[in-house]
Amino acid sequence: MKRLFLTLCTTLLCCSAIAKEAAPMAEDVQVEKRMVSISEELRCLVCQNESLAGSHADLAQDLRREIRQQIRLGKSDKEIMDFMVGRYGDFVRYRPPLKATTFLLWFGPLLLLVAGVATLLLYLRRRGRRVADAAALSTEDQQKVEALLKEAADSGRNP
Amino acid sequence: MTRFLVPLGIFIVLVAFLAIGLNLNPREVPSPLVGKPAPAFELPQLHKPDEKFAPREMQGKVWLLNVWASWCASCRQEHPLLVDLSESKIVPIYGLNYKDQREDALRWLKQLGDPYVMSISDAEGRTGIDYGVYGVPETYVIDKAGVIRYKQIGPVTREALDGKILPLVKELQK
Repeated sequence: MKRLFLTLCTTLLCCSAIAKEAAPMAEDVQVEKRMVSISEELRCLVCQNESLAGSHADLAQDLRREIRQQIRLGKSDKEIMDFMVGRYGDFVRYRPPLKATTFLLWFGPLLLLVAGVATLLLYLRRRGRRVADAAALSTEDQQKVEALLKEAADSGRNP
Repeated sequence: MTRFLVPLGIFIVLVAFLAIGLNLNPREVPSPLVGKPAPAFELPQLHKPDEKFAPREMQGKVWLLNVWASWCASCRQEHPLLVDLSESKIVPIYGLNYKDQREDALRWLKQLGDPYVMSISDAEGRTGIDYGVYGVPETYVIDKAGVIRYKQIGPVTREALDGKILPLVKELQK
């Protein structure tokens, strides 16, 4: 009985110890989540095709640490983003802001699509006209066709 | 004939764009700090860790801030040029020793020569972040008012030095 009691006590103690550790962890999870969501929007400048969240570069680790620190200081996501852009330029953002210099970047593909569709429509219309022209028969041919059709119809009626 | 000329024209334009794009160095990202005041810092000196250095001490002078580290291979490549430049006494070079071990840094300078008026230790790399450093070595040209006028990303080359950095320094020193 005494042994059971002891076991119970130690188990409970263990649980409370875990619970105590879990409290600060919870806040860290929040910080970590926000850090990841911010750093996924940012490019690692050392290995440019990786996000800051996924990069193992030394600088990326430093910048993640910086972001974590700023989150703890109560900075908003926008403030942290501005901090990064102020130091590394718009290039760090995977979603560059809409500006005069990035206009082509944002709307270039759309312009190409519009140009492509316009060309296609123009081509189709011209082709349609050409086909219609080619299909038009001279009066002589027209008479021939009518004669043949009539003949076929007559022979069809009296086999 | 024209029906071939149009696609050919488009193809040539495409090739021209690709040729330009592929010949750009993707590591050279324009720094938003050019034209802005050099970020303030106060860091211990490499040789005298008890004494600090702050860029405001350089007010009224044109100077170069070169970010270097003993672990950085390209720094070795540009080093002889910096030593030459320091001997010519055209412009003072200050070194920002970035994320380095002090002993390693001192040994490096002893071995290869010390072109710096002073080196400053940025052991944590925190000042490096303020300066937007992402690939050591980097070199900043800072004018008399403490404004960054140019940033060289990667090693300083003879061409960059003669073509951009020195003419700019002379212009700013007037």
